[in-house]
Order: sequence, then C-alpha cells, then structure tokens
Amino acid sequence: MKRRTVLKLLALSGGGIAVGIWWQQRTPDVTTFLRNELKRDPGKAPDPELAWIADAWVRLYPDDTTVLQLPSSEMGQGVMTALPMLIVEELDANWARVMVDPAPVHKAYRNPLNNRQSTGGSTSIRGFYLPLRIAGAAIREALIKSAARRWHTDANFLVTENSVITHMKTGQQLRYGELLQDVASVRLNNRPKLKQPAQFRLLTHNTPRLDTAQKINGSAVFGQDVRIPEMRVAVIARCPVFQGSVANFDAHEAMLVPGVENVIQISSGIAVIAKHFWAALQGRNKLLVTWNEGSMATQHDTAILHVMRDSIDTGNIIESSGDVASHLTGSDLLSAEYFTPFLAHACMEPMNCTAWVQADRCDVWAPTQSQGRTHDTAVTITGLDPEQVFVHTTLLGGGFGRRGEQDFVIEAVELAKRIGNPVKVMWTREDDIQHDFYRPATLNRLFARIDANGMPIAWRHRIAGPSILNRLVPMPDLLLRGKDATSTDGALANQYRIPNVELTYAMVHTGIPVGFWRSVGYSQNVFVTECFLDEVARAGNQDPYELRRKLLQDNPRLLRVLEAAARLADWHGDKPEGHFMGIAASAGFGSYVAQVAEVSIQQVNDTRQVKVHSVICAVDCGAVVNPRIVSTQITSGICFGLSAALLGNISIKDGRVQQSNFHDYPCLRMSNMPSVTVHIIDSNEKPGGIGEVGTPAAAPAVANAIFAATDAPVRNLPIVI
Amino acid sequence: MIKTLNINNTHYEIEVDSLDIPLLWVLRDFVGLMGTKYGCGSALCGACTVHINGHAVRACTTPLSQALNNKITTVEGLSPDNSHPVQRAWLEEDVPQCGFCQSGQIMSAAALLNNNPHPTDDEITAAMSGNLCRCGSYPQIFNAVKRASELINDKP
Repeated sequence: MKRRTVLKLLALSGGGIAVGIWWQQRTPDVTTFLRNELKRDPGKAPDPELAWIADAWVRLYPDDTTVLQLPSSEMGQGVMTALPMLIVEELDANWARVMVDPAPVHKAYRNPLNNRQSTGGSTSIRGFYLPLRIAGAAIREALIKSAARRWHTDANFLVTENSVITHMKTGQQLRYGELLQDVASVRLNNRPKLKQPAQFRLLTHNTPRLDTAQKINGSAVFGQDVRIPEMRVAVIARCPVFQGSVANFDAHEAMLVPGVENVIQISSGIAVIAKHFWAALQGRNKLLVTWNEGSMATQHDTAILHVMRDSIDTGNIIESSGDVASHLTGSDLLSAEYFTPFLAHACMEPMNCTAWVQADRCDVWAPTQSQGRTHDTAVTITGLDPEQVFVHTTLLGGGFGRRGEQDFVIEAVELAKRIGNPVKVMWTREDDIQHDFYRPATLNRLFARIDANGMPIAWRHRIAGPSILNRLVPMPDLLLRGKDATSTDGALANQYRIPNVELTYAMVHTGIPVGFWRSVGYSQNVFVTECFLDEVARAGNQDPYELRRKLLQDNPRLLRVLEAAARLADWHGDKPEGHFMGIAASAGFGSYVAQVAEVSIQQVNDTRQVKVHSVICAVDCGAVVNPRIVSTQITSGICFGLSAALLGNISIKDGRVQQSNFHDYPCLRMSNMPSVTVHIIDSNEKPGGIGEVGTPAAAPAVANAIFAATDAPVRNLPIVI
Repeated sequence: MIKTLNINNTHYEIEVDSLDIPLLWVLRDFVGLMGTKYGCGSALCGACTVHINGHAVRACTTPLSQALNNKITTVEGLSPDNSHPVQRAWLEEDVPQCGFCQSGQIMSAAALLNNNPHPTDDEITAAMSGNLCRCGSYPQIFNAVKRASELINDKP
C-alpha cells in the first residue's frame, strides 16, 4: 500500500494519533502479559502453551484454530462477531475455526476512541475498525514472509485463504498452523497493506454470528450462570427509598431458613448469604430491617415536576446562533411544553456479579460494560495490587448503559472479602427495576417563530432535568455550563437550517439516581425536537417531510436517509383507511437515521389504542461491517424506543419507585411489535455507531403519526391518547 | 428429603428442604443446568420456559411438587448439538442477539410446534407473546418459528 493511502486510512479512522498510541501498546510486553494471564486460568481450552501469541489480539494454533481476544462486551450488539470479522478478514484465517475470548484488563484493550476499556456510546466499531484490520493484516504478512522464506520464493507469488498459503505458480500449500515456529521470529509490520472492499470475504457480508450456537443450547455463560466450587449466593435487602440507610436489623428469622448461612451488612444494605438463590430469597423475606429513610422519603413526581418548572427558564445557554430574543417576542409565538419520564433499563438478565477474594488475588466474574472500572472497583475494595485483580467478562443479558455502573460489582467484592468463599450476588427483577440508574426525566419548553412562507426562522429549546454527568462527576453548576452532553445531546443534532436558534439547560437535583440509557440525551431530545418540528410544520401549513427536506439542505447525509425512508414508505401515496404516517430523523454516534411509522387508532372496549403497523428506517452508518447485524440492531433500537414511547414509565412516590416487574413496567412483545424494514445506504464514509442509533427516532415517528391521526400533538411520554 | 427428577431423560437425585421451591432453582442451583434463565420470577417474561410432559411451563412459578413424577425437558435436552429442528431454524435465521431470552423462546416455540406443527401466523404470535425479548429480536424469532415448522414437516 502506498504511504498516502495508509495516511488516508488513518485519517479515515478518526484518529491517526489514537492508532499510533494503540500500536505502541501492542508491544511484546502485551504478549508476555497475555501469556501470563492465560497461565493463571487453569484448564483454559485450547491450551495457550500450544499457541503462537501473535499480539494482544490473536493466538494461532497448530491445528489452525484462531483465538481472538475480545476487548468489548457482547450484550447483543454483535461485537463478538463484528470485531473478529475485522481481524479475520485481513488475516484470511478460517472463519469456521475462530474462537473468541474476552480480553483481560490491560491498556492494550482500551478503545482508541475514548481510551477506556468499556463498551458504550456505540464506539466499538468506530474505535476498532482500523486497528483490528491492521492487526490481522500484519500477522498475515508475517505468515506469508515465513512461507516465502521456507520456499525460497518471492512473497508476491503467495496468496492466502482460510488459513492456507498457496504458491500461485507451484501450487505448494502450507497451513498457518505449520508456520508457527517460523513466524515467531518475524517482526510484525505496523503498516501492512489492507484489502480493498472488492476483496472482502467477510466484511460487508452477512457473516453468521459466532455466538449463535452457544445461545441456542443453553451452554452460553451469562453473569447469572457463573458457578465456582464452594460458591455461595447472596440476595441483598436495600432501602426502598433512595439515599436511605440501615437503622437496624434482626436476622434471627432469616437465619432459620434452611440453606441460609449468614446475614451481614454491607454498604448497600443487608446481605443474606445462602447455599442457593431460593434460600437466600426466602431469608431476605424473613429479614426485619428498619430503614433510615432520610430526606428523600417525601420525594414525589409532582414535586420533581415542580422543581423542573421552577428552574426551566433559568438554564445556561448551551448553544446560540443569530438573534433569538428579538424574534421570539409577542403573543403569537408557537410554544409547547414536552415531558419525558424516568425510565428503567430492564435488561433481560437482572443485575448480578460473582467475586472471590483470596489473600493474594481477587477474581470478578461480571456481566460488565466497563472492565476498566470493574477492575478499579475491585482494587479499591480489596486493597490488592492491580496485578492481583482479574476481571472475567461474561456474556451480558442486555446492557443498554446499565451495566457500566459498578453497584453490583461493589456488592459482590465487599461480600466476597468478608466471607472468604466465592459469592454470586443475584438481584431479583424487583431489585433491578427499583434500584436502577434511570433515564433522566426532562421538562422541555419549545418556542418557534414561523415566517410568512411557513418556515421556522427562530427556535428556542429549554431543557430542565437531572444530569447524568453531574451524578458521575459532581461539580458546581457553573463548571457544567455547556459541557453536559448527557443532557443536551440530540437537541440540535439534526442541524436544521433555522437562522436563529437557542438551546438552554437547567440542571435539576431530584435525588433520583440517573444513568446512561440507550442513546442517552438523544432518547429524549430527538423526541422533543422532532415532534415540535411537526407542530411547526402544521402551523406553517407544510408537509412534515417536505419541511424537513427544505431544512436539511446543509446536512446531505441526513437528507439522503430522510428521502430514502419517505420513498420506501411511499410517504405521499394512498394509505389504508384509518392509517397515518409520521416521520422523524436523527443524527448521532456518527450515523444518520430516518424513520417513517404507520399507525392507526383502534377502539378497544372503551379505550382508544395506538396500533403501530410498521416502521421503515433508512440508515447511513458509513462503511458497514455486517449488514445483518446493522439491520437487527436498528430493529432492536426501534423496539427499545417503542417500548419506552408506548409503555415505559417509572414514577416516584415517597422517594421510591412504584413499578416492580414486567406487569407494571411492560415492554413490547411480539404481539405489539410492528413490521420493521431497514434500508442501509451504500456509503464509503468512516464507520458510524449502530447499537444506539435506531432508538431516538422511533418515539417521534410514532408520535407524529398519531398527531396526523388525531390532530392533537403528543407532548408527553409514554403516549396516552 | 431426597427426590428424583426426570430431566432430559436423565434421573437426578436432589436433596431439598421443601417441595415449594420453584423448579427453576432446582434446575439451576441443584442440578446445575444453567440454560434455563431467571428473568422475573413471576411468569411475566418467559425466560425460564421448560417443558413438563411436552407442554411449556414457566419454571420460576412451578413448584417442585408439580414437576415430580413428570418428564421435564430443558433447552439442554432439545439437543446438545443444535440438531433439533427448532435449533436448526434458530441457526439458519441467526436469531439471538444478547441471547438471554432465547432458551425460553426456543422452548416456547418447540412446545407450540409439538402440539401444532402447522401454526398460523396469529397462532405463532399468540404462543410467543409470553416471551419478552429486550433486544427486539421478534421478527427473527417469528421467521425462525415458521422455518422450524417447515423443517418439522420435512420441507428442505
């Protein structure tokens, strides 16, 4: 490859410097680290001693088994397939013989995009797209060099496929596994030649997932499924009121439950430790705990809304262009108030974590989205050296941002340190719903001025709500000014051509723990802005799609998906009787999405109900790794967004969450899942994220269709008509 | 007390304190079959679906007493090598995302097809709507049930 092509690719990756740093980190030190790490894991199959450890990512075996270290957490989004595809495409290894191992905690495995070993923000493909391809290509080059030496021939005559090197002239063949002694002495080239897209065998194809087989016969190990000899199971009683604490407790009755071995207090509450889950749960039911409920015991939805109303007009200016103030005066302004509720994540697998603390080592088996933080957490609690703490990442039964938190890790490590045995902390579904870090509730005030042609010429969006960033890094309001993307992301992301725009954010303190929830700020702000834009369209007597087209002339990638979605949905065409369409667009995580929802309003007994028939989505996520995973993740994001829009609500009374399980915190089922069509735009742009990008536009597309059907704008979630 | 359970055509002897313990925890914490998942504990999500005498039940709310003297089948009992028609269909459609709900989805589908090898679309949706999937894999699950029906009825 020519040098300028390499540079171009580096630039394309969004961070030549990041790749450079990453390259330095995958020095021989890493292979030594990895070899030692693997030795500490007795019974590891296949035996690491038989492998050539090429670098931080790849070990090759004599029988051509290829084992890859996975730096990101597999939580459904497909990284266990997509990241290996990047390596194996360039390595030309046999896909059928690829195995994947979760990576240990080491700086080599940090995502170059954010320098963290964590999985969130739809960053895995964006961060690893080029580094992993380079890694695969460098090893392939080294193998070819070894074969060329053995055959005393020119490397240009050699081709590779399925872990076999073939001499084009002589027809001689060598398997990768036969070259492991030779290749070990070859220095890896950090500027290998990468394939052109036309040469791809795996990338851009619907390569089958590597995790399917284990997930259909019960052999996949999620956090919940960890079993260690002599392991105990713990269930914890936590104060139902946020920020409350234990006043006193009586464990007498709990200890009488057969199987219960111990009841001890830890930082989050009272833990009942038993031989098995059912005994621990029965023990917790018998536990008598008096709580100090504290000042939050009076917190209530209405009080939270009141605080938001009080502060919403006093927010900091986050973004401002033109002269909003002079355009937004007078009584004939278009204005509206929008509300989005707190939401739980409700991962299918409730929170859990297993830990074992011994004198000289600590092992944590965690379904975590943040191995780096989990490692730090265990080091802090145990007081052991970082080298003595081992984080084993299991499969995750959903993540959605919830599993980057450390609360369940803290509990397991604290308990393991106290009892000596390995211990698995299990949360019930009720624990999971009532002790979450919730998607923040927000209040929004929108104002617009529409000119004589029906075009918006001024737009103001005021947001009030609790801040995720401030919960993680408490800081004075002043320091947060303009920097809290967790609260404002998505509000102006579509870059509509409106000359006078202002966005303000008022941080509100509610005492309710808030956290990252699939697509974070986009999940509320895209709903609010896309719905208000439909109100603007109606006030200006414009078609919502045509208005967006006019406003998106400066954002060609978003315009293109908007037009594609409208075309596929036949936006202007005839619709079945009683069917209405709504459209919404969103740009974020490096990708562009537009969705058209088709709904009807059905009379069921005495109530009117929304039926979502279909969602048609066009997505431009740049270069595609695996189209099928893109399509299923977009569908997944839409389902997640629709669950929230149609059903999701966490309400607060007396400082506690009122919902507890799927009967009162319902989620979409097959019976109310619309048909979903995903159209992927052909693109040579750098890869964008995919895990979160389907979610934001789903709620406003449906809400706008309901607005079209009922003439009443939808301004509150969940949708009630 | 010591009880014997017939799970996947194997007899397991287990020592329990009560017959009220849900089958789910007997499977997971006593027998060590971890494929059957805990998702809600209240028969709301379907992640713990197993078969008793070929019919789908939620193991999280089925007391051990109801499982004794009956034939229990878990996802591990369909086939360890993914050769059961429902598993083959799941492979063909590459259904799972996070995969946590899939044991339950597969057991619900297998029970449906045991009792109704030619389900209509509405029958599939009705039978599968007790199983939640937070990844929203419903379209793939639906297609896989249809495909499994073909495989069971010997269509290539």
